[in-house]
Amino acid sequence: MDVGILTYQALNGLTIGAMYALIALGYTMVYGIIELINFAHGDVFMVGTFVTLWLLTTLGVQGAINNPALLVILLLVMFAFSMTIMGLVGVLIERFAYRPLRRAPRLAPLITAIGVSFILQNVIQATYGTAPLNTPQVIDPEAGVTFSMPTFNVGGFAVTSSNVFLPYVHVFIIVLAIALIVALQVFVQRTRLGRAMRSTAIDRDAAQLMGVDINTTIALTFFIGSALAGAAGVAWCMNYGNTKFDIGFQAGLKSFTAAVLGGIGNTTGAALGGFLIAFVEVFSSQLGYARWSEAIVFSILILVLVFKPTGLLGQQLAERA
Amino acid sequence: MSPLRSLLFWRSGSPTRLALARLRSQTRPVTTPTARFLGAHQSLSVIVGMSIVTAILPFIILLPPFNGFGTQTDFVDGFAQAGVWVLLAVGLNVVVGLAGLLDLGYAAFFAIGAYTYAYGASPFSHNHIPFWPMLLVGAAVAAIFGLLLGAPTLRLRGDYLAIVTLGFGEIVPVVFNNSDQYTNGTNGITALYQPSLPIYGNFGFGDPVPYYVTVAAIIAIAMILLYRLQDSRLGRAWMAVREDELAAASMGINTVTTKLLAFAIGASTSGLAGVYLSSKLSIVSPPQFSFTVSFTVLAMVVLGGMGNIWGVAAGAFVVYEIQSQGLKQLNQFVSGFPPLHLGPLNIDLTSIDFLNYQYLLYGLALVGMMLLRPEGLFPSRRRRAELHDIDDAAAGNQELVEP
Repeated sequence: MDVGILTYQALNGLTIGAMYALIALGYTMVYGIIELINFAHGDVFMVGTFVTLWLLTTLGVQGAINNPALLVILLLVMFAFSMTIMGLVGVLIERFAYRPLRRAPRLAPLITAIGVSFILQNVIQATYGTAPLNTPQVIDPEAGVTFSMPTFNVGGFAVTSSNVFLPYVHVFIIVLAIALIVALQVFVQRTRLGRAMRSTAIDRDAAQLMGVDINTTIALTFFIGSALAGAAGVAWCMNYGNTKFDIGFQAGLKSFTAAVLGGIGNTTGAALGGFLIAFVEVFSSQLGYARWSEAIVFSILILVLVFKPTGLLGQQLAERA
Repeated sequence: MSPLRSLLFWRSGSPTRLALARLRSQTRPVTTPTARFLGAHQSLSVIVGMSIVTAILPFIILLPPFNGFGTQTDFVDGFAQAGVWVLLAVGLNVVVGLAGLLDLGYAAFFAIGAYTYAYGASPFSHNHIPFWPMLLVGAAVAAIFGLLLGAPTLRLRGDYLAIVTLGFGEIVPVVFNNSDQYTNGTNGITALYQPSLPIYGNFGFGDPVPYYVTVAAIIAIAMILLYRLQDSRLGRAWMAVREDELAAASMGINTVTTKLLAFAIGASTSGLAGVYLSSKLSIVSPPQFSFTVSFTVLAMVVLGGMGNIWGVAAGAFVVYEIQSQGLKQLNQFVSGFPPLHLGPLNIDLTSIDFLNYQYLLYGLALVGMMLLRPEGLFPSRRRRAELHDIDDAAAGNQELVEP
């Protein structure tokens, strides 16, 4: 048994999981507050990668930045830019596609969500074309640390370890995602606006009677969720160095699976689900089932919904007519 | 109340009172004699209507705007292809329009029907079962898969169903793609046998007419059956579940069975379309059944008018013709236009390939329809009343009194 490969794949899973977790948070927050599956959310993430590509092209960034001070500034600019733009896009989507249908039959906003998803995809496709585009990787993907895991041999059970290469960009993405998740938790649990969000999620009418501005609160939820998807978009560009107009569909479905697996409406659950789904994906590829990893993830989605619809950490939601 | 005003001033009415008012408005008889006759003889009107449409369509090529667009064979072939989409749309209409369940994996059942025929009649499987029984087999197999997927998931809330079906719709092409020894993987199964009739003989490749007549007949039969179902106890149960599941359950409707039947019947119609399409194209391969198929059919149903069988069929036909013919013609039409230079704007229509904007148009259409006219272009009376009930409550139930 080679712990080196296991460790490498686990770190890989953490990196991919960090991105899924960031996207899944948007799904779970929106579902928590207005009970809508925001099908367009995966495409918001995809647009985030293109916003990053546009920014880097405009700034004239070609590849890795070696000056530490410059790199920090550039990273701050990239995240601030992508998160702000995507947050505003999310607010616009909510304002024009979902808010007018808030009291319409449930089917109506679901259909507009699908429509918005296709609009975003096709606007990007019309602007950037269908071919995958390379994005500059501002943190050199070749830079990193190499280490090996301890090895031992107990009664003929030999555990070996090949060298593990951990790029700094993976470390950065994992740390960033965890920081954002913790910040979101603090925001939702400790601040006045977070309390408004939670109370709106529990009972919109009662929250309104207590003086919560429902429209602002829902718009804020969309802003935060979409901004996190924008952050995931930047992370995607840094990790893979390329993007394509249709990455949002798969990433969105997997992240939604993550949100459901963790318990929809529960932010900690969404983060946990993101990491779990990424592990499933990475290790199924490692075992030689790369072609089946999507099918495995969706089977998990169906099985979770059938046997434990509340997810791992979710609570029973009352049926609302 | 105008749509814009109603967007700005939402008000909710008492659900019970609205439901009663809605019921009253629907049980009142239709007034004009023609409408009454057609309402009472729906099967006859479907047969007559489909016969007239089928007989007239091939001659549309003689009319001025169409006569420059290609040969009559091309046209009839296009109509024979459009029939697939009409079938898909009337099938999805049962699920989305009548029962109010959002099925985003509808292409999966289409794929299952198509592959069923590929197993039944191709050199790949060494079987040669005739086309006509395979139609029923394909529909049955698709319905069984519909039941298998629906039985556990239909207990869930409606929006979960959307995502489960979306996942299912993704898995099915992946399975067909990856199971090389059973489905020939990405290459697909080719050289499927053509249908044949006792006296007519084999349907040829070059001649679309027999396919056209066949699909028209299948559509007519499907529409008659669906109209009968819609007016049956089951059809009323579908609409009750759609309008208020809790109320329907408390009236003694078994909501799970009701939804399951809608799902299975929708799936079987999709299976029929799959068998027909694979026999016509003589090839099945996984990319034919991607999510865009499910999305296109949904756009057709929404545009046509959810719940109205004729409306949905017409919507599907029009959307397919626009997609397959209209956009292509638009490219040719603007190819002679000189580029326009309006200050900073450079408009060069010739550089735009309108075919690339097909799904953008569908997306805009879905959002626009839902916001402005959720009942579709050819609405069903009941659906319109339902989708507008909140405005109507605010407007003092004015619109419930049908003109």
